[in-house]
Amino acid sequence: MTNSGPRAIVAGHGDFAAGLVSAVEVITGRGGLFHAVAVPELSAADIEALLRETMERTGARVLFTDLQAGSCTMAARRILRGMPDAVLVSGVNLPALLDFAFAESKPAPTAARHAAERGRAAITAVEGTP
Amino acid sequence: MTLVLCRIDDRLIHGQVVLGWGQPLDVGFIVLVDDAVAGSDWERELYQMAVPPGTEVHFHSVSECPGALERYRTDPRPGILLTADVATMRALVEMGVVPAVNVGGLHHRADRTQRLRYVFLSPDEERALREIEARGVPVTAQDLPSARPVPLEEVLTGEHAS
Repeated sequence: MTNSGPRAIVAGHGDFAAGLVSAVEVITGRGGLFHAVAVPELSAADIEALLRETMERTGARVLFTDLQAGSCTMAARRILRGMPDAVLVSGVNLPALLDFAFAESKPAPTAARHAAERGRAAITAVEGTP
Repeated sequence: MTLVLCRIDDRLIHGQVVLGWGQPLDVGFIVLVDDAVAGSDWERELYQMAVPPGTEVHFHSVSECPGALERYRTDPRPGILLTADVATMRALVEMGVVPAVNVGGLHHRADRTQRLRYVFLSPDEERALREIEARGVPVTAQDLPSARPVPLEEVLTGEHAS
């Protein structure tokens, strides 16, 4: 278990964020590195305000979101405008978060960029065999 | 084909629109009518990046619409018309270019009362929606194609607010 506070925020539809963070905790005990945010039935402005407030409160400058066209991603892109020390990774998956969880020695933005690459590479399609 | 969905949604382009409706309707283009978005290069780019490859997004201010919307009515592809608020949709209804209105998402605001899980309305917005129906344009609330379209009168009862 890590003693660090959140280094990143995870946000998405439904229970996506809490589910991913729960999975990180089960696998690594490092779920505390992430702050999960759900946005049920909030307006775009309220989602942006919630994410902005969470970033300010936790100090996290990395945002992981689920869907490129999703409301959380749109809000995050608005927040990043004028916040050059922050990084957004959209389309996040579990391998990406696990990679980030084990990169505590790296600056968070650097770790986020690496996690994005790892998450992208981890998606495979396996064909069945006769 | 023509505009197959005319939707009021304060999130404008987001997952429900692009995937929830866009995929089953095989949408080829989205017409986003919003004065603030139409007037901002940055906002237009933001929404442009949110749609899948092959889906066009056209941005218009309300004042451009009488001429601009006409050409979409003859586009062979299915399209979605989006506004972020009731007032803009009412203006388009008054131009005669909207056959039916879908209320897809109007979220909490201080002056609004909850009517459905995803619909909060101010007294002015309720009045405007009633005026739209009085013009013969049906108004229903429906967040996703798999949900039941809820007629305006039923929405305004607030019986399904939670």
